[in-house]
Amino acid sequence: MREKLEQIRKEALQNLADVNADLEEIRVRYLGKKGELTSVLRSMGQLSPEERPKIGQLANEVRESIEQEISRRAAQAKDLLLQAKLKSEKIDVTMPGEEPSVGHLHPLNRVQREMEEIFIGMGFSIAEGPDVELDYYNFQALNIPEGHPARDTQDTFYISDKVLLRSQTSPVQVRVMEKQKPPIRIISPGRVYRSDALDATHSPLFHQMEGLVVDKGITMGDLKGMLETFAKKMFGDSTRIRFRPHHFPFTEPSAEVDVSCFVCGGCGCRVCKGEGWIEILGAGMVHPFVLSNCGIDPEVYSGFAFGMGIERVAMTRYGIDDIRLFTDNDARFLNQF
Amino acid sequence: MNLSRNWLLQYVDVSDIDDKTFCDGMTDSGSKVEGYEKLGEDIENVVVGRVLEMVRHPDSDHMWICQVKVGPDRVEQIVTGAQNVHVGDLVPAALSPSKLPGGVTIKAGKLRGVESNGMLCSMAELGLDAHDCPGKFEDGILILDGSDEDIGRSVNEVLDLNDTVVEFEITSNRPDCLSVIGLAREAAVTFNRSLKIQAPEVRHPDRKDSIDHYLKVSIDCPDLCLRYMGKVVKNVKIQPSPQWLRRYLRASGVRPINNIVDITNYVMLEYGQPMHAFDYRMIEGKQIIVRRAQEGEPFKTLDEKDHILDSSMMVIADGKKACALAGVMGGANSEIQPDTSVVVFESACFLGTSVRRTAQKNGLRTESSSRYEKGLDPENCQNALLRACELIEMLECGTVVDGEADVYPGKTPLYQMPFEPERYNQFLGTDIPESAMIDTLTRLGCVVSNGKITVPSYRADLRCMNDIAEEVVRIYGYNSIPSATFRAEATQGGRTPRQQYVFNMENTLLGIGLSSIQTFTFVSPKNYDKIRLPEDSALRRSVVISNPLGEDTSVMRTTAVPSMLEVLSRNNNFSNEQVSLFEVASIYLPKESVDELPDEKTRLVVGMYGNKKNFYTLKGVVEAVLRASGIKGASFKSCSDDQIYHPGRCARVVAEDGSVLGIFGQIHPLTAQNFDLTVTSYVADLDLDALFAHADLHCHYTPLPKYPAVSRDFSFICDEELEVGELEAVVSRAGGKLTETVSLFDIYRGPQVGEGKKSVSLHVVLRAKDHTLTVEEAEKAASKIRKDVEFKLGLNIRS
Repeated sequence: MREKLEQIRKEALQNLADVNADLEEIRVRYLGKKGELTSVLRSMGQLSPEERPKIGQLANEVRESIEQEISRRAAQAKDLLLQAKLKSEKIDVTMPGEEPSVGHLHPLNRVQREMEEIFIGMGFSIAEGPDVELDYYNFQALNIPEGHPARDTQDTFYISDKVLLRSQTSPVQVRVMEKQKPPIRIISPGRVYRSDALDATHSPLFHQMEGLVVDKGITMGDLKGMLETFAKKMFGDSTRIRFRPHHFPFTEPSAEVDVSCFVCGGCGCRVCKGEGWIEILGAGMVHPFVLSNCGIDPEVYSGFAFGMGIERVAMTRYGIDDIRLFTDNDARFLNQF
Repeated sequence: MNLSRNWLLQYVDVSDIDDKTFCDGMTDSGSKVEGYEKLGEDIENVVVGRVLEMVRHPDSDHMWICQVKVGPDRVEQIVTGAQNVHVGDLVPAALSPSKLPGGVTIKAGKLRGVESNGMLCSMAELGLDAHDCPGKFEDGILILDGSDEDIGRSVNEVLDLNDTVVEFEITSNRPDCLSVIGLAREAAVTFNRSLKIQAPEVRHPDRKDSIDHYLKVSIDCPDLCLRYMGKVVKNVKIQPSPQWLRRYLRASGVRPINNIVDITNYVMLEYGQPMHAFDYRMIEGKQIIVRRAQEGEPFKTLDEKDHILDSSMMVIADGKKACALAGVMGGANSEIQPDTSVVVFESACFLGTSVRRTAQKNGLRTESSSRYEKGLDPENCQNALLRACELIEMLECGTVVDGEADVYPGKTPLYQMPFEPERYNQFLGTDIPESAMIDTLTRLGCVVSNGKITVPSYRADLRCMNDIAEEVVRIYGYNSIPSATFRAEATQGGRTPRQQYVFNMENTLLGIGLSSIQTFTFVSPKNYDKIRLPEDSALRRSVVISNPLGEDTSVMRTTAVPSMLEVLSRNNNFSNEQVSLFEVASIYLPKESVDELPDEKTRLVVGMYGNKKNFYTLKGVVEAVLRASGIKGASFKSCSDDQIYHPGRCARVVAEDGSVLGIFGQIHPLTAQNFDLTVTSYVADLDLDALFAHADLHCHYTPLPKYPAVSRDFSFICDEELEVGELEAVVSRAGGKLTETVSLFDIYRGPQVGEGKKSVSLHVVLRAKDHTLTVEEAEKAASKIRKDVEFKLGLNIRS
């Protein structure tokens, strides 16, 4: 009987060794109800009581080894099948992806948003004012009366004697100060208009971002500190700023502010025209005339204001050499942002 | 303002400071330098030579072979083609190798076989013209004045060609710096040097004569003329100015003319005070009257242009006629002539706004008017006038008549204000010592004493604390101010709800594939024709710019659709296959009066064309906008009355309360044609203000359904005209409370349903909130749907 069992094991394993073996058929043949091993076990009764457990154990061993081999072969076959399937499913990964279409934020919006986020983080709100503005807000309230030579430097579009297209975002300062008492901390981005013919570097319509802080005890040192923070966040941590005295009718003292070139770091390059500095901002301490004109006592409060051109920042930052690209809205341009 | 550094040296010694350091220093203290140019640098190795011998060139009928002495022991052979040279002449000789203006280099060579070791130069070859070299022959070699001692000296030296011209951008509050003396004062303070200014003096006036014999001055309009001074010079000899004076004028960008004209220009540049010179012969009635012009008074300026004046303008007149447009330009009738023998110098102070208006109205902006506009110092008139007479004596070209005319209605005391050193420091955030402040202010011309500052007359810009603080700090150095962080009451920054709404909306549109654009807000009025607005449309009335750059940018837009169509057309021309764009666009709706500000409204304009895009692509975007705004219950009403859009492919978006939120559709082929738009395009014009007003930006949670839904599909055959929206509405209402969703899943047109018909298939989901629907309930709802559709719309059920 022992030999019989060994014979079954040997034969079954031999059959299973065949790569084309039908595993189910082999299982039925040896382990099924009418299978060879089963029939051997059925004749166990003929054995002596001493022999029976030994043969039983052997029979179980044989069953196990056949079962194991069948499941091993089954797993192997399944694996082969899977491999074959995977192989047949191979694709060309270099073919283009199906990218979901996402829109592009216009570079001017993009720069403006970036600036807004920086100032919002410093506690500023965004104030808005009309494009079509009263002469009073654009000039008179800003210490630029009728006949003032500063009116010549900003060639202004007029609608009537009293109404014009704002030539700066500064009128928003006045509108805010008329309505709101200090502390004031606002920025006002927006369109401004000047009578300059359109060419690569001039546009009759461009964007500015104005800022205003008014409170008790605001100093020129505060202005410097805040612009330094802005410049570092906007142009990188190593950015330095430089103040040059200037004149604006609505601030006193006034300054033009340069930032160290963010391309070359100040050594001089094409972007900064070898200067190492790029002129970005105008700034100054709010003129007492402007404050008192808005009902804010300059003996009690002081403040600073600053302004910058959004196109200018966008052009230097992205290396755009023609301002007309902004309003051409060519998709090939827009898609780069 | 162009400043000659040579000229500057007359008043402040900064000769040891190189150009770059000088410019940076001046910029940092507030006189902004735009750039500088080194004159004479383009001429190298050109020296004075004496022609010793001239012989004809053997192979030329016009060339000469010259032996030129160019140094104590050096003679060079130079061939010239000029015919005005004679033996013994002093000439500019460009030796080999040498450089001339315009990048020309001269090297030894052969001219028709004869050696020539250089070139004799004409004035043009040295970059000069007849104004630089008065009385010299223009079309030949420049024959120099001088002696044997000059032989071998460089022409740069002999002709005073070397200088550095610094170009300043002087701000409008500092007219005093539009002068050599003003800038000298700034340079002296900046570089801590002493300033040397001598009061001008007339040393040899003809004391037997008096101005009273010549002239009486009166001012009829003291509101426009603060001061008028005059002096008379007789025995005048009109001749060229000396070289030093000509070179200073040239470096300053002024062309030398003759001594009298040059003196007026020289004094203007030196003192910043415009001067005028009249030919006394032409002054009638021995009087000068400063008066307003008469309405319609004709006047010819010395540039030979005719003007018609009005009473807002000021003229300088004699007893009979106007002789000058005050502060702007002299008249042709009293101009200095070659034979002028008696001259009246005018040194006056006119009101800036008056001069500005006069200059503007006559289209004449002169060096003089642009200075007056900024408001000049009447105290400066006297020094300038005396300086002009001093120069007459220096140049020995006339006799100054004793006495001067001076009418001074605008005299004001010097301005005083408190000296508040602590306040300046507090305001600036600095710690500048009081003594340093006093030093700075004193050097700038202020007098500080007894806690008061007395401001010099030429600094009308110093009137309040801030002004003084600026003076102190610009000399101390802006960049020496320590940066600080301000401590202030906390402010609540951030975006307003509306700004946040727009910000989020932009993000939504970007997320679904639309790019943002920026367009001009001023447009051509022709745009209204191009979008075929009806003649009586209110949108044709725009805010009109009175001084536009051109018609194309002459009105503020009342609709932003044309701007979008232009952008679509441009992209199509650029062969961009497909675009999807949006603009948050301002429009401007005028009020009754032009003096009132218009209503500025915000539109959300969407535009697209390209592959696979159709009406429903655009509608999907509009639906996304509504969804992002939380607007529910809006409906789409087909619209065929807007000429921008295809009459069968256009819809209005109507909110539940009936207000219109916008319009969108396919662009009408005729509109498209007007924009040269050759591709089928789709545009939505949404009212962003109305969208925001209707927006519900709060999120609400609806509990997830607990009971299963039942779905039923229906197909209805109907006329082509029946809108799916209407069918959906009937189906939705018929299902009552049980209706969860009704969605279109197919439309079939074909022979089975017949001509002019379509089969519409809807997928309906039914659900009860509180229990599982029974088959009976579902069947009841379905049959109600079928019945309602049949009765209300008269349709057949297809399946």
